[in-house]
Amino acid sequence: MNVRDRVFWAGNEIIAEAAVRAGCNFYAGYPITPSSEIAALLSLRLPQLGGVFLQMEDEIAAMGAVVGGSLGGSKAMTATSGPGFSLKQENLGYAIMTETPCVVVDVQRGGPSTGTPTAPAQGDIMQARWGTHGDHTIIALTPGYPVEVYRETVRAFHLSEVYRTPVILLIDEVIAHTTESFEIPTDSELDPVQPRNWYQEKYAENSFRPFFDFYQGKHIHVTGLTHNKAGFATTVPEIVQESIEHLVNKILLKQKDIERNESYMLDDAEIAIITFGSPGRASKVAVDEARKEGIKVGLMRIITFWPFPKDTIRALVDNVKAVIVPEMNMGMLRMEVERAAMRRDVSLHGVNRVGGVPIEPKDVLEKIREVHRGL
Amino acid sequence: MAFSYAEWLRPELMPHIWCPGCGIGIVLKTLIRSMESMGWDQDTTGFVSGIGCTSRAPGYVNMNTLHTTHGRAMTFATGLKMAAPERNVVVMAGDGDSAAIGGNHLIHSCRRNINITLVIVNNEIYGMTGGQFSPTTPGGSKAATSPYGNIDPGFDLCKLCIAAGATYVARGHVANAIYLERLIKGGLSHKGFAVIEVMSNCHTQFGRRNKHPDPAELVQHIASNAVMLSKWEKLTAEEREGKYPIGVLHKDTEKPEYTEQYAKLQKFAQDRVREASRKIAEAESMKPKPEATGGASPFEV
Repeated sequence: MNVRDRVFWAGNEIIAEAAVRAGCNFYAGYPITPSSEIAALLSLRLPQLGGVFLQMEDEIAAMGAVVGGSLGGSKAMTATSGPGFSLKQENLGYAIMTETPCVVVDVQRGGPSTGTPTAPAQGDIMQARWGTHGDHTIIALTPGYPVEVYRETVRAFHLSEVYRTPVILLIDEVIAHTTESFEIPTDSELDPVQPRNWYQEKYAENSFRPFFDFYQGKHIHVTGLTHNKAGFATTVPEIVQESIEHLVNKILLKQKDIERNESYMLDDAEIAIITFGSPGRASKVAVDEARKEGIKVGLMRIITFWPFPKDTIRALVDNVKAVIVPEMNMGMLRMEVERAAMRRDVSLHGVNRVGGVPIEPKDVLEKIREVHRGL
Repeated sequence: MAFSYAEWLRPELMPHIWCPGCGIGIVLKTLIRSMESMGWDQDTTGFVSGIGCTSRAPGYVNMNTLHTTHGRAMTFATGLKMAAPERNVVVMAGDGDSAAIGGNHLIHSCRRNINITLVIVNNEIYGMTGGQFSPTTPGGSKAATSPYGNIDPGFDLCKLCIAAGATYVARGHVANAIYLERLIKGGLSHKGFAVIEVMSNCHTQFGRRNKHPDPAELVQHIASNAVMLSKWEKLTAEEREGKYPIGVLHKDTEKPEYTEQYAKLQKFAQDRVREASRKIAEAESMKPKPEATGGASPFEV
């Protein structure tokens, strides 16, 4: 076996290179930090590979162009950050409704509004889930380590093609701008990278409208109006009901196939930490330190954030005495954990940083000690 | 020669949503005839729209059709065109759709000069939402949201597009479909961003509130204010009051077209990669070979 390629990249570089690996040949974006490096790198790489790079007039246009590019047969992606992600919600909803595969990267920064550019935050998880109007489900991935950012970027393209949906790749600024060395995964360590027609043959049932791109000789009609299985607008209540149930269930019913988490020292844990993104790394260090002090604590780090791993969390919460949720927001994940636990007596604690600084191991360790004393 | 609309339409989706007497049907039929006579193929043409009365057009046409979000048609069309530059892309949009919510996209599409034809049906009102004033509603007009008369000055869409860099800008109206067909064909055959503004009637929402409730009368009124460009140029400012010029208002065949520019950029990038690879290979070939240094060590793992 050859010596594997070892690289020294920051999260944004990883996303750009992994997107190319995943066959991405279309990017449309609008300048915004802290996601800027993704666009800059792809403006260099995509023309070399015969792909399209577009810098559009605004975030809305970028999302529109991505959907247009995807319907033209491309593997399309855009990248943005909080305020830009807000603007993208309109055409993101269009991609959901028209079941057009694409990948949307959101490098989260402090908000609301212009917020704290470009300090780290994790305040967009609910926007990723519910930012666009109407009933739908979404897939959102929250990788935490360089090699995982690479793998999950490739998986984002795969999932978007399988489930005919936009996939959100949600990272925080710490991951985006931390440069580390890692080994590039081999093909067998990655999800499949296949052309559109491969998915058309295998996953036709995941598309309500005819599963074709433009210019495939089928004269398809694509509309953001609620449509029937032929793709044309309808207001027949039964068909509208069926189409929305399809949008929701095609992802929710496959949760087990999509779910990914990291479990660390949970087997005998009395205290569970549930977190995602860069706080997952700080938490792992805290777990190691607490274990040295004899505290039985473990970590669940969520990698597939949406659909939410509620069954896994419910089972976990039933087996521990307390749960700590570190996150760079005021408790969005904690609220979901509370809902998943369905227990009013669960001892649930947050570590919440919204000041624009990353969560550090000592922040989590102090909370572990405090919770442990109260057990 | 007999022309079969049936081949170009989706009759199973009729009846359409447009009011009796609406001008949009005339524009759509004219566009279809233009594409047919240009030899455009239904399989290799993408037909894009936004939201509004006009933007319902693609649903009725038997080709690859894309009904997008309000104002955003040009953004989707740009993505579609860039993904497959050899295919034709045509867009239909209304005045509210393209000039208000889509104004920014319109301007930048003109600036890029991408090879797409945009047909704007300007009926000077938001029809579908119930007759609110649009950016092209003439000052003083009554609308659902201007019961005391509209104080917002109107846009001259053609002037806007010319200033923003579109390379084919024409204006026609629904009372003369033969002439409109010439203008649209001029746009379809033009290499670059072509805008054809079509003055049309909305007697339901505009005319009813502004002393033109009868569709035929409103169409006649629209036609009576149209002045051929050659004649327009000789009119005084006073004589131009309330009237508008029709014809090919602007044509530029010099400005580079966007997909062609992009293809050149791709080639440049690829040539640079090839050149860099050649240099790396050359440097590699000058390195001492393993044989020259006694071959690979038997102890190497």
